[in-house]
Amino acid sequence: MKAFTQHKGIVAPMDRANIDTDMIIPKQFLKSIKRSGFGKNCFDELRYMDEGQPDQSCEGRPLNVDFPLNFPRYQGASVLLTRENFGCGSSREHAPWALEDYGFCAIIASSYADIFYNNSFKNGLLPVILDEKIVDQLFEEMYAEEGYELLVDLENLQVITPKGEAFGFELDEFRRHCLLNGLDDIGLTLEDADAINAYEATLKARSPWLFNAIKG
Amino acid sequence: MTAKTLYDKLWDAHLVKQRDDGSALIYIDRHIIHEVTSPQAFEGLRLAGRKPWRVDSILATPDHNVPTTTVERASGVSGIADPVSKIQVQTLDDNCDSFGITEFKINDRRQGIVHVIGPESGACLPGMTVVCGDSHTATNGALGALAHGIGTSEVEHVLATQCLVAKKMKNMLVKVDGVLGKGVTPKDVVLAIIAKIGTAGGNGCAIEFGGQVFRDMSMEGRMTVCNMAIEAGARAGMVAVDDITIDYVKDRDFAPKGNDWVLAVNAWRELVSDADAVFDVVVELNGSDIIPQVSWGTSPEMVVSVADSVPDPAAEKDAVKQTGMTRALEYMGLSAGQKMTDIQLDRVFIGSCTNSRIEDMRAAAAVVKGRKKADSIKEAIVVPGSGLVKEQAEAEGLDKVFTDAGLEWREPGCSMCLAMNADKLGAGEHCASTSNRNFEGRQGYGGRTHLVSPEMAAAAAIAGRFVDVREWL
Ligand code: SF4
Repeated sequence: MKAFTQHKGIVAPMDRANIDTDMIIPKQFLKSIKRSGFGKNCFDELRYMDEGQPDQSCEGRPLNVDFPLNFPRYQGASVLLTRENFGCGSSREHAPWALEDYGFCAIIASSYADIFYNNSFKNGLLPVILDEKIVDQLFEEMYAEEGYELLVDLENLQVITPKGEAFGFELDEFRRHCLLNGLDDIGLTLEDADAINAYEATLKARSPWLFNAIKG
Repeated sequence: MTAKTLYDKLWDAHLVKQRDDGSALIYIDRHIIHEVTSPQAFEGLRLAGRKPWRVDSILATPDHNVPTTTVERASGVSGIADPVSKIQVQTLDDNCDSFGITEFKINDRRQGIVHVIGPESGACLPGMTVVCGDSHTATNGALGALAHGIGTSEVEHVLATQCLVAKKMKNMLVKVDGVLGKGVTPKDVVLAIIAKIGTAGGNGCAIEFGGQVFRDMSMEGRMTVCNMAIEAGARAGMVAVDDITIDYVKDRDFAPKGNDWVLAVNAWRELVSDADAVFDVVVELNGSDIIPQVSWGTSPEMVVSVADSVPDPAAEKDAVKQTGMTRALEYMGLSAGQKMTDIQLDRVFIGSCTNSRIEDMRAAAAVVKGRKKADSIKEAIVVPGSGLVKEQAEAEGLDKVFTDAGLEWREPGCSMCLAMNADKLGAGEHCASTSNRNFEGRQGYGGRTHLVSPEMAAAAAIAGRFVDVREWL
């Protein structure tokens, strides 16, 4: 998992509450054998005018021109500004996979569904929680200014606006540590790589046959 | 020093690090991989820019999706008719090729069900920790190994770190003494155990199967028993090492040779529970009491002896169980009091990681030899667990015995055990099956599975219904 320290990027709006994971990535795309490549189908039903199918190329599909993510001004956005209870519904990890693959690095909302919140951290996606009033203010500023960017600073736990206004947010220390260092479960275990190597060396001395290669 | 169980010994020998929160890092010696649970793990590895920690500790093979008819198998992966299955098998090939993992590909003579090829090739050895993204990995415990199934994210974790984050389980001993009667098989023993302790009986435990019955049992029989530890609720089952274990392992492809062999055997001799070791749970059965078993319901604990009748839910005092039984009878289309031998069967499946080894093939062939499949049986298929089992069976002429009797002889794979390929039950059809799970829809939508031994399945193919196979021997 890549480390997250600071991220500055264009902000795009999903201006409604209770966005569920079905909306983020519809069920027909779960048949995939992959964990990547869901970005093109992120928000599929909102984004396109037709019904998407797995393995279908999205080039040439009719776009919904009323959907903000299709507006020219939000192209290349990497911070998603949204509202309460984001990511509710099915527990599919495909939701954070899709958002991350689309290009989002951080989400800002006043609250999240539990499982989605957890899943996001496992995939290097930072869900920031800010007070509803602040979220309102950010929406206003974003709508008013094309190319509006926010700086999300995980080290100092702050979201900083283009004018330099800083809003602090909270995050439990363990999650912060993992994300700052790019550690997932595997990353954490790999912090013990020395112990694993040492164990392996003893094992090899004691039971060399365990290291006969599987070959051919 | 405190006395240790076999499980304690295997655990202690693989402990890399004990963490404060009770979890531990356990070193994994052998990782077996198949096409269904590995694609996202490889994908995750790739996205994170990681590589397998020890590529030469991994063995892969496709099994769940592979077709079992010779026609469909002829042109390998490209011949697989179902496009989704084809993609999964192809993806396994691609991943193994790109990471340099050894794979027994679809038409390699060593290809087969993951849990059959592990011990068969000598890739899985006594004293090892073995994992695979599949719950029946416990099969390998028959070797005196600590083996269990893991999920896809754990597959990725083991690939990347050679370790598993685990918590130590409780020690459970299932002791079966006495001597099995003629026609009573390891499958009957494990079904009788599950009928007694229930599908949750082994929850949170590692089961050691001990007692005279297991000491007398062949390695393949022990595999059948350990295979179904998971149906008894335990993630791992195991049998202590003895001469039978060591004779089985000797000269297998990946088994140690020369001086390594001598060293290994010395170490393996220690893989028994100390005489005064204490188990958290002990269950005892008398092997002489066990007679051939048949499942009547939709859970592996819903089992009776072939001489018995379908049980009556009304006689069950526990309300939750009673509802479960009623629902099961409805699904199975059976009524309380019906004799097990009166159930009309439509299909027979001999195969799966529980019963597809050479001894199973021989046992089934011995029953059908010189007899003919009942006309009422639409299809009876025999699916060897691996290409090598198939070769051996053919060398012994068993394929001929089956086909002469009207049974079909297939290519190796999981087949009708879970119906992920074309081998399926139709709705409402009753099947005598040597597999391990009789869940609703497991062998096909609406299909009705009866779990039995290979001998019992073979006899059912001939009679068109269950018979007490002991009368035929
Ligand atoms: S034979 Fe059945 S139980 Fe065994 S691995 Fe294959 S699908 Fe799973």
